[in-house]
Amino acid sequence: MDTGTTSNDHGRATGTFRVKRGLADMLRGGVIMDVVNAEQAKIAEDAGAVSVMALERVPADIRRDGGVARMSDPELIEGIQAAVTIPVMAKARIGHFAEAQVLQALDVDYIDESEVLTPADEANHIDKWAFDIPFVCGATNLGEALRRISEGAAMIRSKGEAGTGNIVEAVRHLRSILGDIRKIGVADEPELYAWAKELRAPVELVREIAETGTLPVPLFCAGGIATPADASLVLQLGAEAVFVGSGIFKSEEPAKMAAAIVEATSNYTDAGLVAKVSRGLGDAMPGQEMGQLDQRLADRGW
Amino acid sequence: MRVGILALQGDVREHAAAIHRLGAEPVEIRTPDAIDHLDALVLPGGESTTISLLLDRSGLRARLAAWVSAGRPTLGTCAGLVLLADEVLDGRPDQRSIGGLPIAVRRNGFGRQRYSFEAEVQSSDGGEPFEAVFIRAPRIERVLDGTTVLAELVIDGSPEPVVVESGHCIGCSFHPELAGDDRLHRRLLELAETTTAV
Repeated sequence: MDTGTTSNDHGRATGTFRVKRGLADMLRGGVIMDVVNAEQAKIAEDAGAVSVMALERVPADIRRDGGVARMSDPELIEGIQAAVTIPVMAKARIGHFAEAQVLQALDVDYIDESEVLTPADEANHIDKWAFDIPFVCGATNLGEALRRISEGAAMIRSKGEAGTGNIVEAVRHLRSILGDIRKIGVADEPELYAWAKELRAPVELVREIAETGTLPVPLFCAGGIATPADASLVLQLGAEAVFVGSGIFKSEEPAKMAAAIVEATSNYTDAGLVAKVSRGLGDAMPGQEMGQLDQRLADRGW
Repeated sequence: MRVGILALQGDVREHAAAIHRLGAEPVEIRTPDAIDHLDALVLPGGESTTISLLLDRSGLRARLAAWVSAGRPTLGTCAGLVLLADEVLDGRPDQRSIGGLPIAVRRNGFGRQRYSFEAEVQSSDGGEPFEAVFIRAPRIERVLDGTTVLAELVIDGSPEPVVVESGHCIGCSFHPELAGDDRLHRRLLELAETTTAV
């Protein structure tokens, strides 16, 4: 794979693809939690989050309030960076490379080019190779995932449907991505070209999947995780870590819910432990059926 | 030979692959009982605050501390190095390491992710340099007596330790497992063989 833009400082190469995907590898088996202020970031860190995602409103509120959702206020991001020692991620609008430049100037640890915010460009995603900071992007299927990787994304998260507390879309997207990876694993050489055409993705990346049997970057899951059992479900399906947005701070007891989802993620195959940590958590966030939604955030991006 | 890999969180798979390549059996460790009947232990990379919290909740901390203080062979990379350091700087106030290596490390000592880097690291035995990947890496700031430096990174002309060994503990601030370099895992298995022989 292309190593992208790198800077070299006395024999030290920063911003290489290995360094970018390396942080994603370190987050595997962990929970990344959406937070809107330093206080929530502390609660997340105390509960065992591997990272926090700074944003101005959690997806459930963005969905309720409507309007244009943008990158967070830098002051808020800096407040969160000062409050915790774990990595801090932040969201930029799809195609809004100037927001991403600001986030890089703030030294955030990962940038999420996110469909949860209002897209800034209807045709182009950000050229992520142009940055030293790694990017995570959402995907609903394997073609979308590979297009984001070809643009330089070092981590993919299945999109799910953010802010709904409903896991059904996350499951659909994960099964689609992982199912196609399994099918490519048994394809012969001529079929790889057909796959590349069907997925609208570079044949080199399709061939890499055929050879390795996995996505070239870690695959995490987002959008709709509201309980410890939800986390266990998506990890058993093949996600390597989870993003929890509204599911923590829209639940009745955020600190307890956060700690329970962390433990369930670490021990996702141990049903006895998932049962134990699921007891007495209070109400999970209120959920929504897909049919009730005015807008699907997962449709943003292509 | 059975080699436990602490599997609460982090890059467990790459360490398991290294152990497997060397002909030993990797065993994922998530509960205190799982530590029985192991020949060696690996503490992987990951988020040290998260792993530390999960050590407490799982009841693993006391078992790990007993393992290390009994002089059993242990390799820690990155977050694993932080867990093995006797002194941790810039950690959370309530963060406790297991200890075992008489060194002081500073968490995220090279800065945030933007300053994470790859570099060639010289091996003290004169062997091939390591293609070292440093991810928000801890920085070894002090090395006390009785610690052997196995590899150094040269920064602005001055060398600083990045791989150290003391007793039966090996600590490494970068990720040899991400570069598929098995030398430290091989060293761990050598330590395990001598321990078994005793």
